Amino acid sequence: MLTILFDGIAYGMLLFVLASGLAVTMGLMNLINLAHGAFAMAGGYVAVALVNKAGWPFAAGLLAAFVVPALLGALMERTLYRHVYAKPHLDQVLFTIGLAFMAVAAVDFAMGTQQVFVQLPRALEGQIDLGGVGIGRYRLLIIILCGLITVALQYALARTLFGARLRAAVDDARTARGLGINVSAVFALTFAVGSGLAGLGGALGAEILGLDPHFPLKFMIYFLIVVAVGGTSSITGPFIAALLLGIGDVAGKYYAPQFGAFAIYTIMIVVLIVRPQGLFTRVAGK
Amino acid sequence: MSAALETVGLVKSFGGIAATSNVSLAVARGARHALIGPNGAGKTTLINQLTGVLTPDAGRVLLEGSDITALSPHRRVRRGLARTFQINQLFADLSPLESVGLAVSERLGRGHDWWRVAGSRSTVDDSIAEILERFHLADVMHERTAHLPYGKQRLLEIALAIACGPSVLLLDEPAAGVPEDERHDILGAVAALPREVTVLFIEHDMDLVFSFAERITVLVNGAVFTEGTPQEIARDERVKAVYLGEEPVHA
Amino acid sequence: MSALQGVLATAVADHLAARARWRAAELVFWGAALASVFLLPGKHLILAEIAILALFALSLDLILGYAGIVSLGHAAFFGFGAYAAGLLAKHALITEPVLGLLAAGLLAALLGFACAFLVLRGSDLTRLMVTLGVAMMLRELANRLDKLTGGADGLQGITMAPVLGRFSFDITGHTAYVYALAVLFVLFVVARRIVHSPFGLSLMSIRGNPLRAGALGVPVNARLVAIYTVAAGYAGVAGALLTQTTAFCSLDVLSFDRSADLLLVLIIGGTGYLYGGLIGAVVFKLLQDALATLTPQYWQFWIGLILVIIVLVGRERMSGWWHAAVAQGARRLGLRERP
Repeated sequence: MLTILFDGIAYGMLLFVLASGLAVTMGLMNLINLAHGAFAMAGGYVAVALVNKAGWPFAAGLLAAFVVPALLGALMERTLYRHVYAKPHLDQVLFTIGLAFMAVAAVDFAMGTQQVFVQLPRALEGQIDLGGVGIGRYRLLIIILCGLITVALQYALARTLFGARLRAAVDDARTARGLGINVSAVFALTFAVGSGLAGLGGALGAEILGLDPHFPLKFMIYFLIVVAVGGTSSITGPFIAALLLGIGDVAGKYYAPQFGAFAIYTIMIVVLIVRPQGLFTRVAGK
Repeated sequence: MSAALETVGLVKSFGGIAATSNVSLAVARGARHALIGPNGAGKTTLINQLTGVLTPDAGRVLLEGSDITALSPHRRVRRGLARTFQINQLFADLSPLESVGLAVSERLGRGHDWWRVAGSRSTVDDSIAEILERFHLADVMHERTAHLPYGKQRLLEIALAIACGPSVLLLDEPAAGVPEDERHDILGAVAALPREVTVLFIEHDMDLVFSFAERITVLVNGAVFTEGTPQEIARDERVKAVYLGEEPVHA
Repeated sequence: MSALQGVLATAVADHLAARARWRAAELVFWGAALASVFLLPGKHLILAEIAILALFALSLDLILGYAGIVSLGHAAFFGFGAYAAGLLAKHALITEPVLGLLAAGLLAALLGFACAFLVLRGSDLTRLMVTLGVAMMLRELANRLDKLTGGADGLQGITMAPVLGRFSFDITGHTAYVYALAVLFVLFVVARRIVHSPFGLSLMSIRGNPLRAGALGVPVNARLVAIYTVAAGYAGVAGALLTQTTAFCSLDVLSFDRSADLLLVLIIGGTGYLYGGLIGAVVFKLLQDALATLTPQYWQFWIGLILVIIVLVGRERMSGWWHAAVAQGARRLGLRERP
């Protein structure tokens, strides 16, 4: 029971790190990015290539899984995404589905269809026993890492100058420019960090979520639920939504293997009926 | 004299800031009633609560004596409450003909006709023609609204509200942005409304307010500051002070 | 009423009625479709597929092009109709195709009606989540209920009676094509009536400016629920047609790719004038044929690339070129008078 809770929390925190970039781009920058999962997949495959094939240490692989998608994100933002910020949502949907499809086909071509795993260091395998509760070492690492990231993210958005600049740029880009804020650089950096976090999540999660070329499409619904159910006003909402989703999914699959997959849809529908605007919503402005 | 439109203790706040505080307002039937106040006084927020776009935190809205606080915007329109918007809210891809046709169809209860081709009912067509002519839109009725000059768009903005056949009409700065020489079209159309139509309007242009209004309510910081006839308001030193205090903002 | 106003009223009536008049190019389009029945006997299998895809895209156009609802999971209704028709036939409840079509369409419309209340809540983002979520949920359901649906193996053993008791489905796809084309035409005519009615006008107003539509007395949500229900029914009929003409139905009918491809189909042809889905279906299938022979495995890559290019170039601009080209062609053929 507690093990399931623990696994659910690990899964949920992983989902949060995966989707956090999306929560920021969708919530703050109002960009619908259905190709977000492609950056996560990129991180996963980077880790697979470096750790499994090139023999890098696991930690270095994780770092690269952040850096490479972040650079890729920055590049894509500068060359492609910035053209669709001002377009209608339909265009953003079409554009990012297009990118996701291309990523799926390209990875399929380059790496093959089969599922891959990142080789874990020996020290992270197995369980430790904490007061009778079996706790996977790797999941513990995920919780610790993701917890740190969450705290850092919350701090960065709420307390730092960069966070203030981002909020100003989102609220009123023109005024922000007038104040000397380089809005496009702020957006690019935000997008890059979001993509990097997705990549890190993809690498960390390969063990738990599975990694194959269809990852971006398979997990699109999870990301959408985290952002839409969580609401787009803060990252606390998506964080709680991710935990709810993680625990619900793990518990559902454990207790009702046949129909456990429906837990996430049930969560989605129930929340939508009770709170159509998401769990946590900014008080509607004028 | 009974009120056509009335609010009782209306309260609305956004994130702790009171945009409407305890507003009780009665607009007499057939009135030409102006709502004035400095920027940020909460005039448009009040209109949005009257029309149902916003839900008040407390208080009631009464139309012809019956409580409409819980009604959705479109039901209020059916009860005879129509509005215009400060910033044009038009259908860019539709023509004036289609836009007015839509409003008239809804008024005559034909909006849900899904099989009959639009334009095949003469009562609807007559009514559309009448509105298009009254608002000088007949010559541009086929053009895409997005391509119309601003003056025509403003006329359409008001024509659409009138096409709803309102008994109470709310005008949110009807002449906003319209050049001096085109104003008489709009003001003429408003002035020509039948006496039984009640008009509540927001306006910044004081000449216009004093030439048209028979009663004026001054709103400051979301609350009713004072109310009276144009003469009373013109004499009120406190009202002047409120406006003078705002002057630097305008400059 | 003045005499002038009387004249104007007549002009108003004429111009509103003119919106719904059949144009020469439309007659050419349907004439060509009819001609293909006789002139392209060897292509009836793919033509039937095109007709079904066109109906499916028409359904999406009703909600996207006319009411502005972006859906990531329109396959939910297509697939629901497909399975409904298949199960009704397999268990010999309804084996006559036309009746099966009606039943499947009604069931899908019911599902659409139920979903509409979820879809209408919230923003574009929640709409994307709900439409995608419902489709994925149905797919998972069809997968799990394998005793009923055949699961991953698909629904097999479907035998359809002859259409209207007279025309049996044949190996060349002749009956299938004529049947699908006839259904497409009938439902197209109905959709055409709908969009040119006052109801259709109110949908366009909602797409353009829901705030103002409400301020003119349009019951926005009720109208959206209505059109979503109709569109779901259309999609259900399209799905049922696929099952009936192929005597098979697999999980594929509910897949995300089907919903995404559908968006592409409609975008290729253009939204909001009903023919977009039809033209898009023809172009899409031809493209698929051409590209699939080139690199069958990576078809998805090309779909993605086309989507990206379309958005970067701009849908407006593309439809501008397209309309210019069509208008040019029509003038050359003397179908349309010069402006």
